[in-house]
Amino acid sequence: MKVLMFGWEFPPHISGGLGTACYGLTKGLTELKNIDVIFVVPKAFGDEDQTGMQLIGANSVALNQREVQFDDVQKKIDYLEVDSQIVPYVSEDEFWKLKSGKYSKETKFVQTGEGYKIDFSGSYGPDLFQEIKNYAFISEIIAQKNTFDIIHAHDWLAYPAGMAAKRASGKPLIIHVHATEFDRSGGNVNPGVYAIEREGMEMADKIIAVSNLTRNIIIEKYHISPEKITTVYNAVEPVGKTRRPIIKKGVNEKVVTFLGRITMQKGPEYFIEAANLILKKMNNVRFVMAGSGDMMDRMINHVAELGITDKFHFTGFLQGDDVFQMFEMTDVFVMPSISEPFGIVPLEAMQSGVPVIISNQSGVAEILENAMKIDFWDTHAMADSIYGLLNYPSLAEHFKMEGKQEVNNLKWISSAENVKEVYESALNSVTQI
Amino acid sequence: MKSVCLFFQVHQPFRHRRYRFFDIGNDHYYYDDYTNETIMRKVAEKSYLPTNKLLLKLADKLEGKFKVSFSITGLALEQFDLYAPEVTDSFKDLSKTGCVEFLSETYSHSLSSLKDKDIFKKQVKLHDEQISGLFGHKPRVFRNTEMIYSDEIGAQIAEMGYQGMLTEGAKHILGWKSPNFMYVNAINPRLKVLMRNFKLSDDISFRFSNKDWSEFPLTAEKFVGWLESLDKKEEVVNIFLSYESFGERQPKESGIFEFFENLAEKIIESPGLKFATPSEVIDELQPVSAVSVPHAISWADEERDLTAWLGNSMQKEAFDKLYDLRNRMEKCSSEELKKDWNYLQVSDHFYYMSTKYYSHGARSGQFNPFDTPYEAFINYMNVLSDFKIRLNSLVPENEIENEISALHKIIDEKDKKIKKIEADLQRLRKGKKRKS
Repeated sequence: MKVLMFGWEFPPHISGGLGTACYGLTKGLTELKNIDVIFVVPKAFGDEDQTGMQLIGANSVALNQREVQFDDVQKKIDYLEVDSQIVPYVSEDEFWKLKSGKYSKETKFVQTGEGYKIDFSGSYGPDLFQEIKNYAFISEIIAQKNTFDIIHAHDWLAYPAGMAAKRASGKPLIIHVHATEFDRSGGNVNPGVYAIEREGMEMADKIIAVSNLTRNIIIEKYHISPEKITTVYNAVEPVGKTRRPIIKKGVNEKVVTFLGRITMQKGPEYFIEAANLILKKMNNVRFVMAGSGDMMDRMINHVAELGITDKFHFTGFLQGDDVFQMFEMTDVFVMPSISEPFGIVPLEAMQSGVPVIISNQSGVAEILENAMKIDFWDTHAMADSIYGLLNYPSLAEHFKMEGKQEVNNLKWISSAENVKEVYESALNSVTQI
Repeated sequence: MKSVCLFFQVHQPFRHRRYRFFDIGNDHYYYDDYTNETIMRKVAEKSYLPTNKLLLKLADKLEGKFKVSFSITGLALEQFDLYAPEVTDSFKDLSKTGCVEFLSETYSHSLSSLKDKDIFKKQVKLHDEQISGLFGHKPRVFRNTEMIYSDEIGAQIAEMGYQGMLTEGAKHILGWKSPNFMYVNAINPRLKVLMRNFKLSDDISFRFSNKDWSEFPLTAEKFVGWLESLDKKEEVVNIFLSYESFGERQPKESGIFEFFENLAEKIIESPGLKFATPSEVIDELQPVSAVSVPHAISWADEERDLTAWLGNSMQKEAFDKLYDLRNRMEKCSSEELKKDWNYLQVSDHFYYMSTKYYSHGARSGQFNPFDTPYEAFINYMNVLSDFKIRLNSLVPENEIENEISALHKIIDEKDKKIKKIEADLQRLRKGKKRKS
């Protein structure tokens, strides 16, 4: 079975949860027998050669093709880059980092979600929807040039590409929903994005949702028939061995960490609220908010207003080894998300043996057993859980051991197997017609 | 003639309210009155009251041939007083029929038998006093929390003066042997041991209304047929159940009450069967052999062990932290603290912390006020932290302070002695004067 997959990004240029998930899933799929993947992305970002490139027009398709070899898998996948000026961008973290320079004026930063409109840092050029159309147009050409059995598109920027490929080839289309506009915007939905998402979902033969939470949004908000949607949970890559030497925690105090974008969707203010409650009762504890985002300034102000700045720290955006370094120092990890389609960070924390507290409003809560689960708004329950983990040693010990074991059993290959089943059912229903 | 020995466990814990860490040191009330009252009212109305009524009717109708036994925990009795006093009255009515034996157990339905002999003894004594106060007889037979039993616990029970003890007829203990005989304790053969026939007991309490069960529907005729077809030499069938099985686990609509009424009549009609209380069984039967139980068993789960209460590290920590306070509790005279101390020991608290079934989603049987074992643990530890603070203010942890108070006592005693001797001296001197 050959899969034509449309994504946003691919290693080594991973900017957030989506890139990690696409990478893991593709790797899982290549480990399965009889599955080959052609992975198509818009121009890989981080590539400075973009400067001075021509805009993609209807008659100038530039394609780079190369092979990617996975370290521990024998198979190769074909990897196609579409030269586009979109910088595929998932997280605000990345956005903030990218803003700091390096890129020419012509590069456009695409931001969806917070602000509820689409922003460009460049001042001219075709709008985002035009870009997406171009990406779709090129996809059509790719679809004509390659042979494959099934099309798989990840998240909304890639849906039009998937749809175009389906129109060109007549092959079944799988839409993989990692997040919806409702998650990204917190309810204030961009109608243009919603229209693209809905069109993609309607045209898709099967839809994969990353959690039942997301599946329900697709059913309720996009009015898609439930039979069409399957939930396939994400997994986590085993921890790599190459790491910097561990920096010892500088303080002899407990550390409680929030790690993620500081945006409305992630619920940072609830974490601060819980911290404030705990600091009234306990002194030998520090709170860390790692990440960046559009709510960061407000959060710093809030912490200052509460007068807990001596115990509450902001690190800014962390990446790669820094994340693991942070986990090494952490005694409790908290993810108080208001709306989280899946949420891969708690899994990474658990890999490092950190007890986690997650909100019931996250997709990952559906599968995790060895985690404290609370409602994001229930700051009393959150504070109580943090206090319990810090003060009653057997509880933290239980999560360290059992949590690590549980997360090590979440393998991408089993997610890939579930995805394969979805492929097969899509192919079967097509042949029946 | 085979004896059918019926035993029912009646127990309700005082469930804790959500007790957050910021309550520690500020709020000393730990209980969820609303839940406790609601559950007690519901169980009383669905199970305790109608079943007691039925038993009363059977005792009357079957002219003393119908026998049952109960162990009612101290906490259940306290909750009857608070929320359903008519239940206590109906148990009193039952006790007057002479068909009912009340067994001994720990006051709190606690796990103290696994920790400390003295605490255990105290708990049992407290319960016995309550039972004899209410029903007028001191129990002869002991039934430990959740049928927990081991050679050692049995030996201690014998030492405390009981003649018999009930436990689970666990397969891994009995092996090829049948639970339908009377056994004795392996250390002290004076203690008789009655082993629960879990197959026949669970047929009633768990499987009765299960439509997927191959024996569904279970009728009294069928059940008596099973009893009659047992080996002729077998002497006693121990049917030990949770009392809520009637009307609560097996709802009224399942026909459980009609089944039980018929069953009682059919057993009495049967020439080879009769009812007997545990004490009667002990008096009438000869033990066949000793039963060796080196590691504690219970009637819980497939494993019949203690892992439902003390299986994970959280449960063990909570259990140890609780009983760390036992020496200081000895010195504590506050009635309020003693009450809380009794409530803290309930095995249910530890059951809520079990991770055994959590992973399979549904937890069978008991009502659990917590969504996860972790919440249960945190809540309990928060309560215990507050309890500790209160205990500390009354009975200081500090050893020096204790020593000082002990020294004061000695000085007082010496003072008295000196006064007495001085008085003697005076008296003797006076005597001398008179002589001279």
